Amino acid sequence: MLLELRGVSSYYGQIQALKEVSLHVNAGEIVALIGANGAGKTTLLNTISGLLQPREGTIWFAGRNISRLSPAQIVSLGISHVPEHRQIFGTMTVYDNLLLGAYHRYRRDGKQAVLRDMEWVFEIFPVLRERREQLAGTMSGGEQQMLAVARGLMARPRLMLLDEPSLGLAPLIVRELFRVVAELREEGQTILLVEQNARAALRLADRGYVLENGRIALEGTAESLLHNSDVQMAYLGGRRTAVSP
Amino acid sequence: MAEQRKLWIKRVVNVGVPLLLVALVFYLGNQKGFTWQQYAQLVVDGVRGGAIYALIALGFVTVYNVTGIINFAQGAFVMLGAMLAATVYELPLPFGDGWRLVVAFVTAVLLTTLVGVLIERLTIYPARHSTPLTLIIITVGVYIAIQGIALLVWGTNALSFPAFTTLGTVDKTIRVGGVVLKAQSFWIWGTTAVILVLLAWFFDRTMLGKGLRACAINRQAARLMGISTHRMSMLSFALAAALGAIGGIVLAPVTRPIYDMGLRLGLKGFVAAIMGGLVSSPAAVLGGLLLGVVENVAAGVTKSGIKDIFAFIILILILLFRPQGILSKAQETEKV
Repeated sequence: MLLELRGVSSYYGQIQALKEVSLHVNAGEIVALIGANGAGKTTLLNTISGLLQPREGTIWFAGRNISRLSPAQIVSLGISHVPEHRQIFGTMTVYDNLLLGAYHRYRRDGKQAVLRDMEWVFEIFPVLRERREQLAGTMSGGEQQMLAVARGLMARPRLMLLDEPSLGLAPLIVRELFRVVAELREEGQTILLVEQNARAALRLADRGYVLENGRIALEGTAESLLHNSDVQMAYLGGRRTAVSP
Repeated sequence: MAEQRKLWIKRVVNVGVPLLLVALVFYLGNQKGFTWQQYAQLVVDGVRGGAIYALIALGFVTVYNVTGIINFAQGAFVMLGAMLAATVYELPLPFGDGWRLVVAFVTAVLLTTLVGVLIERLTIYPARHSTPLTLIIITVGVYIAIQGIALLVWGTNALSFPAFTTLGTVDKTIRVGGVVLKAQSFWIWGTTAVILVLLAWFFDRTMLGKGLRACAINRQAARLMGISTHRMSMLSFALAAALGAIGGIVLAPVTRPIYDMGLRLGLKGFVAAIMGGLVSSPAAVLGGLLLGVVENVAAGVTKSGIKDIFAFIILILILLFRPQGILSKAQETEKV
């Protein structure tokens, strides 16, 4: 197991947002985390990446307890969190955004290695190469989302946390993004994917968890969740036959 | 229609008010019988003071962008730089005057930077979970404490620090068409220009500088990149302290260093930063220069004793009518 959460509870002040969540992600897997708005999906990712510290429970990553580490330490260990709403550095260039994605390893790996990785990222997202010197905030929403994912990849993570990459994007761009995620899986990238678009996420994922009110309500293979009648009712819009995302 | 009329009124006010003020300046000046050389002299001296305000304002902007705190201890850095430089210069060191100046400059900047780091670690860091208002009040307390310590160490007498060079003339000035330029003025302008170039390079070309900017733009995203916001907060205080100290030292030959100089200069730097909208470095520099000129000219045509009043009139007017700063349109300012 690459990532394992054991009985993790998180709070915002007095409000409990996660209730004894246990889940795991194996190396090479794509795991989808689905659930309604406010179910605690983003809180869960924030807790893994260290923005929020769990009050109870432990988080293990590659055999280490990371529950008390800072975000900087966690990203150095190999977890890259692509946050909700993109959160790119809008008044900086695309190039600088990508460079900052490699901030934690810039000194360790050297500029040459980082620039080589940038070439690799440009091959995945050719549009970013064209926009290299453009201010990130002046790009379209889809391009900004691609930049957010690319910036996350610049960390060369062992595990990538993707928070709602399809949020507010046109269907065509969503399809493009999911194609990239599938491509990354082929390269062996492990991903924990949070999505409102449950159908698209489950079609891509190996396994999935359903989060309800801060608790894991259901878990299983992506296939079994897609055919689960409760899941279909709640998240897949009833018993329609699947349409492509 | 109403929208358009509002826009026109705005335009008329934006152009008309400054024109009226300029007319008022000339009216008052002419009553005193000023020649154009005297006006030019006021502007030139104003730009000199303004360059110092600009350096101090850059300290405010850097700390504010990275931490969200308005650091009212900024004036203490200016005072410490000047006082430490004057003290080190008087030490019986075995070099010539020139080298003693260099040693005094470097030592004072380094020591003040160290004080900046210590202040952040000892007073801001332990209180980092407090509201910005609490932290701002802490910086006021820090300022008062440092000024008190300075009073104990140096007493109430002003120290002295020599002009860096003499320009080869006895009175350390040259005249250009009737306008007197002090040798030290060139050092002040030159230092400010060099600092601006270095800062631009630092924020634009180095990874550390980019990290600072990232912190200013989006703290949470910066943390996810592995940028330690604690370290950046410390770095911003170090940078602000160094900027303040340099401002104080280059000013020292013109205005003799004294334990309470930080209050006036710190507040002027703050006004300059506010004029620039508090988040933009280039705008803060412009704000500093403008403030220097405006207050010097205004004091020149009225009474020199009320010079400090003008900065605060500007502060109130800016906060009332243009809280986003004199340059920016609305909230689309590029930070740092």
